[in-house]
Amino acid sequence: MEALLATAIAILTACGIFLMLRPRTFSLVLGLTLLSYAVNLFLFASGRLRMDAPPLIREGAAYTDPLPQALVLTAIVIGFGMTAYLVMLALRALSESGDDSVDAKEKT
Amino acid sequence: MIQHAAILPILIPFAAALLQLAAKGYGFAVQRAIGLLGALLGIFAAIWLVQLADAGSVLVYALGNWPAPFGIVLAVDRLAALMVLLTALLSGAALLYATAGFDERGRHFHPLFQLQLVGLQGAFLTGDLFNLFVFFEVMLLASYALLAHGGGLARTRAGLAYVALNLAGSALFLIALGLLYGTLGTLNLADVALRLQAPGIDIALARLACMLLIAVFALKAALLPLSFWLPHAYAAAGAPVAALFVIMTKVGIVAILRVQAIALAPATATADLLDNWLAPLALATVLFAAAGAFAATRLRDLAAWLMLGSAGTLLVVPAFAQSTVTAAALYYLLQSTFVAAALFLLAELIAARRGAIADDFQNGPAFHAPWLALAFLLAAASAAGLPPFSGFLGKLMLLTALRDSGSAAAIWFVLLVSGLLVMLALARSGSRLFWARKPDLPSPAAPAVSGRQTAATLLLVAPVILLALFARPVADYAARAAAQLHDPQAYIAAVLGTHNPEIKRETRP
Repeated sequence: MEALLATAIAILTACGIFLMLRPRTFSLVLGLTLLSYAVNLFLFASGRLRMDAPPLIREGAAYTDPLPQALVLTAIVIGFGMTAYLVMLALRALSESGDDSVDAKEKT
Repeated sequence: MIQHAAILPILIPFAAALLQLAAKGYGFAVQRAIGLLGALLGIFAAIWLVQLADAGSVLVYALGNWPAPFGIVLAVDRLAALMVLLTALLSGAALLYATAGFDERGRHFHPLFQLQLVGLQGAFLTGDLFNLFVFFEVMLLASYALLAHGGGLARTRAGLAYVALNLAGSALFLIALGLLYGTLGTLNLADVALRLQAPGIDIALARLACMLLIAVFALKAALLPLSFWLPHAYAAAGAPVAALFVIMTKVGIVAILRVQAIALAPATATADLLDNWLAPLALATVLFAAAGAFAATRLRDLAAWLMLGSAGTLLVVPAFAQSTVTAAALYYLLQSTFVAAALFLLAELIAARRGAIADDFQNGPAFHAPWLALAFLLAAASAAGLPPFSGFLGKLMLLTALRDSGSAAAIWFVLLVSGLLVMLALARSGSRLFWARKPDLPSPAAPAVSGRQTAATLLLVAPVILLALFARPVADYAARAAAQLHDPQAYIAAVLGTHNPEIKRETRP
């Protein structure tokens, strides 16, 4: 379980960083999205992995740490908003320059 | 009422933003009035907070009334109150400038401006690291939109790079927080400080987490390998937006100062985390910025490079973790913030009088604006560190405080040489802008510079003289703030309570 999660996070991070370094805004957005998936999984794992345990503390019952779940929720919402804005900005750059490159020059 | 004082600097701009969104149908005049009223109230709230904080104890405000470390707290010490007041004053002047017409060049300027304030004030006030992340994001989201305000490909491109870089920074921030929570089981700064000193933690992981955290703050503060975005983004932003953004690098610097003083320095595991790399990189930033200032071809570029230089100067400080050095840095921080913001506004006012050449350093048409020339002289002299202005005093205090440190020779050399370079760059640009005329160029039509733009710019130039005149009380306050910052026991006791030294913790695999 731990090895599987760690591998998934590693692959997502590696793909995210590779895509972020591409010169097109589309791959940049995809890369940042993958990176934020990796980060969310990582945050989730910071409360330790537990099977069949709800994030609710009850007398005698098994439970998992609820705080990372709240953190992940916040991080997802923020990351989603940011990515949406980045897509808007990329579209605007595309319409202004006619080019999807991250350092596009003015349309001539 | 008094126990709610800590949250007022966040609530006032938040309420103003909501009211402005609701009042969107009633035109700009209403939005402007709400914004300016909010700015005024924010300044009063900040002054009150400074008075309360100067009583000496750390004000702790538990959000939702859950005690720390389980709930999120705001913690107001003298440093936080000072930064809140600085932000309130700076944003007030920037908003006044923007109401002269800049706010009409796009939609939603006013609510975004107020939300940026929410993020800034929250980042200075919070005592919880995850909450710091949230306020950073509030601040950044608003800043993304403000940077693009006014339109144009230059701003869109600068915005794209700025957003992408900060998104990567946010991802790193979250990784650091996840590591910290996984290792220490807490994200409350005071509790992190306690846990770092406790036996049985995984020191390697804790150090890694703290280092990642510092790296993220260094990105916001524009430390050298992470500072290439700054001149580009700030020079592309509109003048009042750039003036407000000046405080954003200070958020990173204050976060580094705070985390270092409260959590890292007292724990043996992390006490040496900033040694031997932060100060050299900061000095390299100063030299890089001085070279950039020398190569700048427009006044707004020059202002952005100068801002980078002052950020580099301030980043020399945290590694020393000494109260006298921090006190000098706080005074330097105050004056450099006002001067950099004033230069951004001056750049636009000068550009408006030079027609198509704008603020390029070329011979331009003749124009007559003695107050503008005087304001530029004051701001430039202070930025270059010439006596008798506040920039000179700030640099003098910093150099004196660092005199006894082991690396004093290198720091003195770099700061003085960069000061000389900056002075040459400013003298050259000032004589080009104001004296070098091209007589055959027709004078452009007199620009419609409103009284509000003039007033806002003069308000930001005034501290050059005021901070020099009242240097003693300001420096005394800075000294008290620094002494309080470097006494983490009082902070921890105020946040966690003295009666509860050992919080029951779950043992985790």
